[in-house]
Amino acid sequence: MAVIRDVMPAFELFQPTSVEAAQAVLDRYGAGAWVLAGGLDSLDWLKDRIRRPQAVVDLGAIAELKGIRERDGGLEIGAMTTLTEVVRHPGVRERYAILLEAAEAAASPQIRNQATIGGNVSQDARCWYYRAGWPCYRAGGNICYADTPDAINREHAILGADRCVAVNPSDTAPALIVLDAQMVIRTAGGGERVVSAEDYFVGPGIDITRMTVLEPGALLTAIRLPRTWAGAQFYFEKIRDRQVWDFALVSVASAMTTSGSTIERIRIAVNGVAARPLRLRAVEAVAEGRPRNEATAVVAANLAVEGAQPLGFNAYKVPLMRNLVKRAIRGVEAAAWTS
Amino acid sequence: MSLSRRNFIKGVIAGGAAASSAAYLFRGAGSLFGQTSAPGSVERLLSLTVNGQTRRVDVLKQETLAMTLRYKLGLTGTKIGCDRAECGACTVLIDDVPHYSCSVLTHTVRGRRIVTIEGLEGPGGVLHPVQQAVVDEQGFQCAFCLPGFVMAAVGALKTNPNPTREELAHAVSGNLCRCQDYDKILTSLLRGAEYMRRTT
Repeated sequence: MAVIRDVMPAFELFQPTSVEAAQAVLDRYGAGAWVLAGGLDSLDWLKDRIRRPQAVVDLGAIAELKGIRERDGGLEIGAMTTLTEVVRHPGVRERYAILLEAAEAAASPQIRNQATIGGNVSQDARCWYYRAGWPCYRAGGNICYADTPDAINREHAILGADRCVAVNPSDTAPALIVLDAQMVIRTAGGGERVVSAEDYFVGPGIDITRMTVLEPGALLTAIRLPRTWAGAQFYFEKIRDRQVWDFALVSVASAMTTSGSTIERIRIAVNGVAARPLRLRAVEAVAEGRPRNEATAVVAANLAVEGAQPLGFNAYKVPLMRNLVKRAIRGVEAAAWTS
Repeated sequence: MSLSRRNFIKGVIAGGAAASSAAYLFRGAGSLFGQTSAPGSVERLLSLTVNGQTRRVDVLKQETLAMTLRYKLGLTGTKIGCDRAECGACTVLIDDVPHYSCSVLTHTVRGRRIVTIEGLEGPGGVLHPVQQAVVDEQGFQCAFCLPGFVMAAVGALKTNPNPTREELAHAVSGNLCRCQDYDKILTSLLRGAEYMRRTT
């Protein structure tokens, strides 16, 4: 894959300074347009010549998409804010530390310096058959190359697969879901639409060629963190092959409030196991009102993996996910596990 | 007169014929001066601030910063390893922050301050403290990854001038060394941090 041939094929490059101007270019070029945020996901596609856009729209010059601001007692993070800026922001550190952990677990320092949180939640699937340009379901074809008897599918889905077995690669996604983050979208018509992080991601059942609710021409402009889970007890863990660069095999995020030893409220989400990051509502329902202990964690964790259907090489993800859910509920010895 | 590849490339660029030096790399991109421009898209000719100098350069829209630095500006100290943001050899500082130059479109860094490994030395060729420390500690084996490691460390030391070994390891964790020389590399970079604190 990583063969240096020469520079990418030619494209037009636009650097609009407003969302409206960006959308005008997207409208003009239609399917030939490509939105560029940090560029880490995009340039792979372009260098491999799997995608050949006519026009690339760089969002880097749009000031309103950058920075972190206070809003309604919570925070509003511009979609073009880098992961490093998220990690270093004092408000994130004090109130939403789980997002800091998740963002810091992404990729490598140089990538975090450039990659944006909007790009992190909107990036495409990493399935290598898909990325290599095979005409699979996700690419508009009618076969899944990763779901055949001898396919290499160690990193693919165990839950809710529907034709495509690719998983969502975002590290910040499960953290944003447990924080009940609200995704602010500028629709192609110029209107504003706000959807919860949970609903931002779509599976193949809704649109097999997309990872998010973003319609062509729409842009994610900001992510709002409401007050709801600020300062709750958080747990985040990402399991990967190498501690740098690699995407999650499985990741888990939870936020909870307790009263004494009883779990009052909990939100829990996993990623790396399905086409979209999954909020585990059934697990939440079982855990709420129960003591925060091993017994509750075991019941909840077994429930979490119910219905899992491993492929040829990813059965390990079932116990991995079960144990991560267990830890996310009962916690682990302090500082014994860092990502 | 012996003609090294490096001097040849530099010579051609000095002659103002960047087009011919780069032609073998930019094949398939259409004629260099024939790339059409849609209304409202970026201008090909731009000014880059590299190592304190303003350089006028003709840049393809799809060109990465690593390509521009090496093949248009002759700054071959920046290496291209994977061209995929997966090795760190091409690390440069953009506004003091380490970036993989293979994964930055040159047009997106107009007006920003770029520093490459060539830009670290002081007046009269005095090595940067981190470079001097690498020499003193003999930190690298083949040293292909050296420019990337040094730039990542210099960038990290700007925000944390007094790192622990672990913190510095984390800061340069986005750089790979094929010789697996990480221990010596870290020792030399830590020594560099120490030299820097002494000089300031």
